[in-house]
Formats: sequence, structure tokens, C-alpha cells
Amino acid sequence: MTAIVLIAVLGVTGLLCWPAERLGPRWPGWLAILGLLIDLAIVLGLWSQASASGPWLDAVRYAWIPQLGISLHFGIDGLSLLLVGLACVVGLVAIAAAWRERRQRDGLYYLLLLWSLAGITGVFVALDLVLFYFFWEIMLVPTYLLFLWGRDRQLRAAVTFFLYTQLSGLLMLVAILGLYVVHGQATGTYTFDFVDLTATRVDGPVTTWLLLGFWVAFAVKLPILPFHTWLPDAYSRAPTGVTIVLAGIMAKTAGYGLLRFAIPLFPEAAAGLAPAIMAFAAVSILYASWTAFGQRNFKRLVAYSSITSMGFVMLGAFASNDLAWQGATLQMLAHGLSIAALFLLAGALQERLGGTEFERMGGLWAITPRLGAFALVFALATLGLPGLGNFVGEFLVLAGAFQVSWFLTALAAPGLVLTTVYALWLIQRVFQGESIGGQRLPDATGRETLALGLLLAGLLWLGLFPQQTLDLVAPSLSALRPQVATTQQPGNDVVGVFVGDGELLVGTGVSPQGLRAPWDLGLPRAVPLDAPPTGTSAAISLVFPIEHYQPSRADVQGGGR
Amino acid sequence: MSGADLLAILPLLVLGGAAVVLMLAVALRRSLQLTLLLTLLALAAALACLAPAVGVAPRRVTGLLFVNGFGLLYVGLLISTSLAGALLAYGYAGKRGGQPEEAYILLLLATLGGSVLALSDHFASFFLGLELLSVSLYGLISYSRWRPPSLEAGAKYLVLAAVSSAFLLFGMALVYAELGTMSFAEIVPLAGQAGTIGILLPGLLLIVVGIAFKLAVVPFHMWTPDVYEGAPAPVTAFIATVSKGAVFALLLRLFGQIDLARYPALVFAFALIAVASMLGGNLLALLQYNVKRLLAYSSISHLGYVLVAFLAGGALGIPAATFYLVAYFATILVAFGAVGSLSDPARLRDADSLADYRGLFWRQPWLTVAFAASLLSLAGIPLTAGFFGKLYVSLAGISSPLWWLVVVLVVSSTIGLYYYLRVASIMFRRPTGRELTPAISWADGVVLAGLTGAIFFLGVYPSPLITLIQAALGLG
Repeated sequence: MTAIVLIAVLGVTGLLCWPAERLGPRWPGWLAILGLLIDLAIVLGLWSQASASGPWLDAVRYAWIPQLGISLHFGIDGLSLLLVGLACVVGLVAIAAAWRERRQRDGLYYLLLLWSLAGITGVFVALDLVLFYFFWEIMLVPTYLLFLWGRDRQLRAAVTFFLYTQLSGLLMLVAILGLYVVHGQATGTYTFDFVDLTATRVDGPVTTWLLLGFWVAFAVKLPILPFHTWLPDAYSRAPTGVTIVLAGIMAKTAGYGLLRFAIPLFPEAAAGLAPAIMAFAAVSILYASWTAFGQRNFKRLVAYSSITSMGFVMLGAFASNDLAWQGATLQMLAHGLSIAALFLLAGALQERLGGTEFERMGGLWAITPRLGAFALVFALATLGLPGLGNFVGEFLVLAGAFQVSWFLTALAAPGLVLTTVYALWLIQRVFQGESIGGQRLPDATGRETLALGLLLAGLLWLGLFPQQTLDLVAPSLSALRPQVATTQQPGNDVVGVFVGDGELLVGTGVSPQGLRAPWDLGLPRAVPLDAPPTGTSAAISLVFPIEHYQPSRADVQGGGR
Repeated sequence: MSGADLLAILPLLVLGGAAVVLMLAVALRRSLQLTLLLTLLALAAALACLAPAVGVAPRRVTGLLFVNGFGLLYVGLLISTSLAGALLAYGYAGKRGGQPEEAYILLLLATLGGSVLALSDHFASFFLGLELLSVSLYGLISYSRWRPPSLEAGAKYLVLAAVSSAFLLFGMALVYAELGTMSFAEIVPLAGQAGTIGILLPGLLLIVVGIAFKLAVVPFHMWTPDVYEGAPAPVTAFIATVSKGAVFALLLRLFGQIDLARYPALVFAFALIAVASMLGGNLLALLQYNVKRLLAYSSISHLGYVLVAFLAGGALGIPAATFYLVAYFATILVAFGAVGSLSDPARLRDADSLADYRGLFWRQPWLTVAFAASLLSLAGIPLTAGFFGKLYVSLAGISSPLWWLVVVLVVSSTIGLYYYLRVASIMFRRPTGRELTPAISWADGVVLAGLTGAIFFLGVYPSPLITLIQAALGLG
């Protein structure tokens, strides 16, 4: 139930914000803060209850459209919980960033902001593919309308953003429907339920296409290389609060979708495409960090830095091992905090200088030392200074990816060097060098200091005590990732086991990543646990027992079959 | 004719009788309120008569009509739509004097014609229903006779509808020449037998052309924007819903039963029409700054989506198409209801320019919510009925051999999104202060509130409607 409460709180407070503007100009804002704080409290409450009993902290399932196999299936595990928490924090920062912007129709602004966050929360807790898609789309419309408060009269950036995400989202919908049909034809159960779909996975070449359908949606939202063109305009033209939501949390829905849905649903296709996609990610990291140099605008530079960081998420997700996945999760959390801070700073500068072009800036440290100090710290976070969260994320991703492909890891790593250079260059351009003149600008206000301080505390905590976060997400991640145990078979073949819910799959191939499916060997596709396969003793006897799974299964695997 | 036969067609009898009563009533005492009341009573009575009709269904009545769950579902849908249309017409015409009462007689007759189409099982009843519908529409479209575009639209519709009827009749003649029967019940099995293709195929194709004219799908869509623009907004809503819904019901009755796989040419024709409508409608709508014309092109593409479900057919496709139509009806009624409630019939044109909608939110927040909901529903955004409609149609499409049509659907609906968003976002912009601020009548308010509620309800919980449709189609 908690999952539904989380969404409902945001939805209802959002609705209340609209009439609340009649009570006074500040009412909608405070109401929105209240709603986000309630959600944050629920998240923290759930966290304190997290135990080792299993990944799920909360799950409910109601019939929704039983005729089509669609259910209201919500679940919160460690991964969802952390990202919902991040959504609340980012939402609060977004409100703080825009607090002083003078605007009419405050109520509608906060209504749309909260609804967009409610949609994002829904994405993080939905366990039915249609439900997931439902929220995936819901978060877009309010975000689009929020662009009306920006400086872009023609809404060009908003329209580009919307059409990109909508088209890619619809391709994902086609993939979802395709999976439904293929899975139904193979197993006889027509369902959109994530748990049922992963329990009996489908196979064959069609899964590659289905995976690509999902991947395109996530690659656009994240974004990575060929799909990123909407981003610099959208991030720099949207009002500051909206940019913070877009970069801080909405991009994370894509990373989440990869870890939760795309790869667990199609592990073999993902393994097959992994080299290509990781190469995309590596090139994307390099390209974005290189392009960042060409920017003459604070916001656009930060926007490109966001592409770099998100490239690591894609890299880690497709490296598909524990280290990389944990790294990708940490990277999402840390980047959410650091990018929110950077865009908050950009907004603060825009408020003071009237724009974020570098020509307006220079030597600001002397005028606004507190803003400068914060900017320096968050720039250091972006470049991956140890002690701050981003370092842990990037390090784990690279360590995990290295196990899969040293070459691609080596290709992506220079991106970090470039990031270091442009992050420091940014500080130099804005806060050092020749001063823009004897302007007297207000330094960070109490509100800004509070928001930035909280974000910094979060980054420090992620950087210094990552284990606490990892403990929370590790069970969720290892439950999601298909477990592959390997051993050498005579003749250099590798035998592996996929374990889903209630079935055992046996496969062979050249490497854990390129695992060949059992049906290629003439083995049964899915082996029920109580009926051992026949005629396959040679292959099966070499299967390793697998951790994370119940003893009964280990018995089966250890039984010499 | 037995009592059960009469019971089965009671809704039709009520509608026909009511038209006569209304004509007499208008002759005796001209009062818009009284006319509206009688119309609403008649439509409500016809709706109530569906219950006994369901009791005796399925039943073949006089060889012309076949009353079954499917037909009655569509009759119910058409009558409910007319109910909303009658209220919208009151809200529209009530703002001005003149003599709007006779429009209600035409409305009842058109509904009767549509209902006959939905129940027809014979070329004779098919043609009778279609002409009853069309002739009533000629009058309705040019009802605002002080507006030149309205007259022009009526004339255009008259000519093109007559041409399409000619195609239809010729097609029927060819089919009759080949099979020697005009009853669907006999055509369907005969068309399924081997060796009967001959001139049957050209006959069927000509019937498709006639139907496609009425559905306004590419390349038979030319009349749509002009008629949509010229007709008074409530009439446009009526054309977009009742006229198309009735013809689509007939399409399902005739072609839904024939094994299309035996006629690749027919499948090809339908697929071509579907693709051309989806892409053509959406692309042409991009060029429009007139809201009514924009909705006309959008309706072309929406019928293309429905054809995707129709082509999928079977236990998934026909409920999907029906669900889509219901969602679309509610949505388009809200859209044209909003246009109508902003329009002044005394002016030369309805409020159909994009500029009329600028900053509407700050003057009419609730009306804007309704209109925005309908636009988002047309775009297929979640929380609105259109989302599940599109999901259902795509699901049906993707499980059929013509799955690639769904890819076209996806691409074209992304194009569509662009212009829906343009209209939606203009309503939230800062007003310029030169806009219309009409008072909205209670009748418009009731319809808009009720149907917007329905759009959201279907967008959140579509399950009951799906159950109803499946039950009516006998799919359980």
C-alpha cells in the first residue's frame, strides 16, 4: 500500500496547490514542500524497516484490467526506495531553486511540478509493464507544460523534448505489447506482470528487437549519444526548477528502467547486445565530455556533463555484474544530487546576472564567495573526487566494466580526465580570472545555502559511507540480475545456469556474457525443479550451486545431475 | 411479426414514433425547452427499451434486421451519443433565437438511421439506414443557413454522399449478381466458399469505397475538413460520432464476418486505407490553425487507428475497435462541445481559430480542463480514455499478422501529438485580453462535466467497459 500512498500524497497535494493560491502567494509552495516531506518521511520509515528477509519492502497487487492481464502491481525494493527518496529531495531542491522567481499562477506551477514527480514516483514503484508505461507517459505532460514558465516563448525545446521521449516511449510500448504476445504464445499466460514475465522468459531472436524497443526509450531519456540532441536545449531553456527535475530525477527513470525491466526481461539479448551498447556508452561519454568544452553557457556545459555521467549508468547496466550494477545505482543517486546542485547554482547566477553565458561571468569568487565555494565542491564531485558520491559510482562502474571488456573501459576512462579539465575550467571561467566589474551581487541566500548544504551532505554521505546504500540495493539488484554461475566443461565450453522463479535453465556458450541458450543444445528450455532433465547429465553435473537461492534448489543442482 | 420481434426492434420503433410526435409538437407549440425535453425523453425511452430487446436477442427480424448483442451495443452507443448531442445543440442554439426546433426531428431521424445500420442484415436495410442518416445530416449541416460556409458544407456533403451511395449501390448490385442474395447471413458463408470470387471482389471493393466515404478515411476524406468547419459545432460532433459509428458497426457486421484472409486484395485495400489515413490525417493536421479543421484531420487518423483493430479482427480486434470508438466518441463530443460552448451561433463562424483559445485557462479553467482532457485523450496520454483505446488497438494489431501497422500507428500518433500539444499549450499561455468570454449554458456544462468524467474514468478503470463489450459480443 505504501507505494500507492507515495503517489497519492503527491497527486493530492498537487491538486490542493491550485486552489491554495487564493489563500496567499506562498501557500502553494509550502503545500508542495509539505507533500514532498511527507513522502520523504515515508521513504525513511520504510528504509528503517528494511531487513535481510528479502528484497521487497512493500508490494501490492490488485486486478486492474484482468481481461488483458493488466494488474495494479506496485512494489518497493531497495532500488525503488532510494530513487523515490531522490525524487523527493530533487523535488524540494527544485522548489527551493524557483522560490523567488516572480510568477503569476503559482498554483498551477506547483500542481504540474508535483504531478510530474508523482508520475516519476509511479515509474519507480510500478511492477506491471502497462502500469510502468502509464506512469512513464504521465510524467511527461506536466513537465511539458512547465516549460511555459521558462524563457522559451515558442516552447521549441519543450516540443523537441516531448516528441523525442514520446516516440521512443511508444516504441517501448510496441516492445511491451510484443513481449506480451510472444510470452503469451509461448506459455499460454497473457500477462504484463513483471514477476510473471521474468519467471518464464521468452527466447529467440525476437527478444533482441524487443530489448531494443525498451533500450531506445531509455537511451533517449538518459540520454546517450545519437539520442541526446533534445537535451542541451531542454535543460538550458526550461525554468531552473524544471531543469533540476529533468536532470536530477527524470533522467534516472531511464537508468532504473534498464536495471529493472530491460535487462532482467531479456538477459540473453542483453548479453548479446552488450558489447555494442557499451561501446555506444563509452563513445557517448567521450563525445559529451569533449563537446562540453565548446559550450559558452553555464547551463549548457552542465547539460553536457550530465550526458557524460549518464553514459556511465548505461555502461554499468550492460556490464551486468554486481559491481557495475551497484556502481550504476550509486552513480544515479550521486549524479542526481550533484546535477541538482549545479543547476541550482546556474539558476542562482541567472537570477543575479540575467543569464548564464560565460561573457557575463568572471571573477565572481570575490563577489559571491559562498556560491563560489559551493560551485567548486560540486564541480569536484562531478569530476569524481574521492570522498564524494560520484567517485564511488564511477569507480564501481569502471571496475565492473573492466571485468567484461578492458578495451571499452579504457575507452571510457579518458572521459573522466576530460571531465576533470572542463569542470575546473568552468570554475575558472566563472569564479576566477578577471572580474566582471564592481557589481555588488547578493551572495548565497539562506535558502540557497540550506539546499546546497543538504545536497553536499548527501554527496558526502554517499561518498564516505557507500556501504549503507549498497546494503540496501544489493539484494534488489542481485534478485533482478539473472544469476549466472559458470564452470569449465571439457572442450572449453562454459556451462551456466539461469535461475528464474521456479525453474532452472541450463545453457552453454563461450563466456558468461555470451551464454548460449539450452535450446541451442537440444536441452529443454525450462526445467521444472522437481523433474530433472534427462539425457543431459554431462552438462548438468558441472553446474555450480548458486548463492542467493533457496537450499531446495541447491539440492537439485548439487544432486549430481 | 411476433411480439418478440416487436420487442427486439422496440428501440427503433420508439425513435421513429418520437420523430413523428416531435414534428406534431413543434407544429402545435414552438418551444425549444419543450422540444429538448421531448427529445431527451424519447432517447431515454429508446435506451430503456434496449433492456427488453437484449432479453429476446439474438433474433432475426423480417430478414432485414438481425438484433444481437453486438448490434444493440452499438445502438445503445449511438443513442447515448445523440443524447449528449441533443444537449450540446441546446447549449449552442439556446444562445440565439431563430428556429432550432426542427433540428431535433432531424437528430432523431439520423439516430434512427444509424440504429438501423447497426442492426441491418441486408443490403436493403443497409441502404435504407444509410440514406435516412445522410438525408437528415444534409439538413443538419446547413442548418445555420445565415452562414455561407454552412450552406457550402451541406451542398458538398450532399454531392459526395450521393456519389458514395452510387458506388455502394453498384457494389451491392455486383455482389447480388454474383451470389444471388442480398442478405448478409447468406453472403458471408457464400463469400467464404472457394470459387466464388469472380465479380464478387469488385463488388465488395466498391462497397468498401462507399463505406470509406462515410468513415472519411484517406483517400475518401476530401469532404471532411470543409464539412467539419462549416457545420455548427454540435452537428460536427454528431457527424464525427453517430454517422461514423453507425457505418463502422455495419463494416464490422459485413466484413467482420467474412474471412478476409481469402481476399488479399481486400486486406490490402483496408491496410492501405489505414496507413494512408493514419499518416495523411496527422500530417495534414499539422498544417491547420483552425481547430475544427484540425479535429477533422485528426478524426481521419483516428478512423485509421480503428481500422488497424478491425483488420486484426477476432476476439481481440473487434472489442478493441469498439472500445476505441466509445473512448473516441466521449472525447470528440467533449472537444466539439467545448468549441460549441465558446461559439456564438449568431456570428459568421464558430470559435475555431487557435487565437480564440489563447489563455483560455485564465478565463474558463474548467472548460479548459475539459478541452485539454479531450485533446490529451485524442493524443492517447494516460489518465484519459484515449490511452487505453490506443493500447487496446495496438495490442490487437500487434498480435495479428499485420503487426507492422502498429509501427505506423506509433509513428503517426507521435506526429499527432505535436498539434494536440500546440492547442493544449496555447490555452495555458498568457491571455491577450481580446478573447471571447461567453457564458456557458447548463446543458453544455452537464455534457462536458459528465463526459470529461467519463474520459478520466475510462482512463483509470476501463475494465467494466471491456467486460460490457466482451459480454455484448458474446466473448464472455
